[in-house]
Amino acid sequence: MNKRMLTQNAAFGMFWLAGIVAVLIMAFVVGYIFVKGFPGISLDFFTTSPRGGLSGDGGIYSTVVTTFYMIVVTLTFATPLGVGAAIYLTEYSANTENKVVRKLVTVARFGVETLAGVPSIVFGLFGYALFVSALNFGFSILSASLAGACLIIPVIIRTTEEALKSVPSGYREGSLALGANRWETTWKVVLPAAFRGISTGILLSAGRIVSETAIFFVTLGGSYRVPHSLMSGGRTMALHVYYLAMETRAFDKAMSTAAVLVGLIIVMNLTINMITSKIAAK
Amino acid sequence: METEVTRMQAEDYSLFYGQFKALNKINIKIPANRVTAFIGPSGCGKSTFLRSFNRMNDLIPSVTTTGTVYLDGKDVGKQDVVELRRKVGMVFQRPNPFPKSIFDNVAYGPRLHGTKNKSDLAVLVEKSLRRSALWDEVKDDLQKSGMSLSGGQQQRLCIARAIAVNPEVILMDEPASALDPVATLKIEELMNELKNKYTIAIVTHNMQQAGRVSDYTAFMLTDENRSGNLIEFGATKQIFTTPSDSRTEDYISGRFG
Repeated sequence: MNKRMLTQNAAFGMFWLAGIVAVLIMAFVVGYIFVKGFPGISLDFFTTSPRGGLSGDGGIYSTVVTTFYMIVVTLTFATPLGVGAAIYLTEYSANTENKVVRKLVTVARFGVETLAGVPSIVFGLFGYALFVSALNFGFSILSASLAGACLIIPVIIRTTEEALKSVPSGYREGSLALGANRWETTWKVVLPAAFRGISTGILLSAGRIVSETAIFFVTLGGSYRVPHSLMSGGRTMALHVYYLAMETRAFDKAMSTAAVLVGLIIVMNLTINMITSKIAAK
Repeated sequence: METEVTRMQAEDYSLFYGQFKALNKINIKIPANRVTAFIGPSGCGKSTFLRSFNRMNDLIPSVTTTGTVYLDGKDVGKQDVVELRRKVGMVFQRPNPFPKSIFDNVAYGPRLHGTKNKSDLAVLVEKSLRRSALWDEVKDDLQKSGMSLSGGQQQRLCIARAIAVNPEVILMDEPASALDPVATLKIEELMNELKNKYTIAIVTHNMQQAGRVSDYTAFMLTDENRSGNLIEFGATKQIFTTPSDSRTEDYISGRFG
């Protein structure tokens, strides 16, 4: 074997090793959580609420409900805003010659990029200052969802922009050449064609809401009761893991909750994979 | 040529991309119910000029124009662009059916322009697909995606889609350049049929194609400023056998381009 082949094999060997190590670490983390968590999972675990206090007794019912609420309410705020902004940025502003609009778009794009990199606790602080205190929504699903929406809107804008950009320009030209206006073209041709890509982005942000803690720590309150309105406080599953681990003696329950959480995330990612592989197959 | 009815016309028409003059004072009368071919080397402004007839250049913000383009004697710049594009359909270089069913592709235009009735639409879709010589190949499954058809079928679907809004003119921007020879032949035969009802303007790189399908040929070329000029326009037979401009002759005989 000559020297070049040797170099290549050595390099590939390193990459292979790096890949294996990365996968092993991940498998170990997930495996550890599942092994530790599964024994505590039963039907009761899902159907009873935490009882509070140091013991950490009870299940996760109210936290599942809160997580579900948070996903629905946050996406209700964030989806129309995020998708709408992305449509404006890709479908409308791109063709303007108006210098002011062009400047604004540049600023907006930069803003989106920056916001996407801001730590979530900063959004939490902002949510606390504005929604919880100034607007007096208190620690509530409303405050937390609004703060959460601020967190995921940049994600939705970026993924939707990518999805819209991947729609061939021929579709737009074909529609416009038939006498459709921009809106008709966007609504009837571009959005349906980008639907899968957009829903992937929305699912990704739902995953963000499920896994986020810092931002909700300072906006959602942490009540372990079942929320009964938008103004109720609550705790998501991820927050519950934190409380169980830090403020109770029930570390095993934290593990069980974490296992459920990881399971949920895996299901969501599988759904995303299913959607995207269907795009690829098309 | 003096006996022909003029469908579309350009008068001292120039087009600029920002400062760059892409078309230089073009004057032409495109006769009704004939196929007019635009030939010339790449970058001479054929496609840009074709897109002036249905104002697709409006979509590019930096474009400005001087002079006038007419449809049936009326300035296209002063017409409602929606109505103009209904009257002047377009078929593109790459077949671009929407990712919808065959039926919905053809019905897209009529629906936009207000045909809602289901049976009306069904009649219109069948008529358009028959006219574009696609009906027999797709009639069994109109719900199939337009994207699942072959390239040539897709292009005929796009022609059906353009026909469905009952246009007067069909612009074709190198409609066969992405197709194989058999599919190309079908499109060419179709153009011959279609000119009975429609006025057709086609841009093509393929001179044999221009010779086969067109009644009239316009030869365009860039000048020293890279602006597109109309060099010669006349009956295809005359342009191909006895061109009056030496540059046309050089191009047609393959000396450049």
